[in-house]
Amino acid sequence: MSRHERKEDAVRRMMAAGHAHVPGDLAARAVARGTRLLRRDRVLRRIGWTLLAAAAVAFLVWASVARPWEAPPAGTTPPLEGW
Amino acid sequence: MRESGIGHAGGHGGEEAHRTREFTAFTAGASGRLLHVATLLTTEPAHRNPLAQDLLTASLAHTYAHWDRLRGEDPYEVTRSGLATRFARTAWRYHRGRGGVLSALTPQERLVVVLRLHEGVAEEQTAALLGVPEDRVRAVCARAVSHLRAAS
Repeated sequence: MSRHERKEDAVRRMMAAGHAHVPGDLAARAVARGTRLLRRDRVLRRIGWTLLAAAAVAFLVWASVARPWEAPPAGTTPPLEGW
Repeated sequence: MRESGIGHAGGHGGEEAHRTREFTAFTAGASGRLLHVATLLTTEPAHRNPLAQDLLTASLAHTYAHWDRLRGEDPYEVTRSGLATRFARTAWRYHRGRGGVLSALTPQERLVVVLRLHEGVAEEQTAALLGVPEDRVRAVCARAVSHLRAAS
């Protein structure tokens, strides 16, 4: 074993010592927080879809009223000639 | 859209109960080691580690929220990666040592030493996780080890 590996091993042993006690409600706290995250994601997703649907409906209504694909009526009367 | 949430209250609840059961079983097995990792990173003493508990709860909550989308990934590794990136993002909070074995090291040195030596994560994966080149990981690890040996 090289000098470097011996040093690494010593550090490993230092880190392995003294395990912390896990509080009993840790999992429950994580579940509660995770549920909140899930719920927030779901609400955000729903808002996004609702906005998208509203935008689509608004576009359809506007398009059916304004009919932008039709040529606009001529703004001026053609000059009256030869009579 | 996966969940419309309307009219499926029963099925949805069952799914959630199943997820919670699996997650609780995972936590029972893994949280001791994960909390030790978190405590090493924050360098808190083992009997008083609120910051480490907070870090771990946040990472576990994220794992829980993505439980159905893990697609065969190891939840332990997912949570450990979450812990590492969360710690790296908020490293300024942990600059000061709090009395643990790694108190003398900088947050980045702690991360590298814990991932490489305590958790046995490969150099390549550690580099990818921290977003630094591999030789940088090697250098930081060597520096941290000699620093720790000099201090003790």
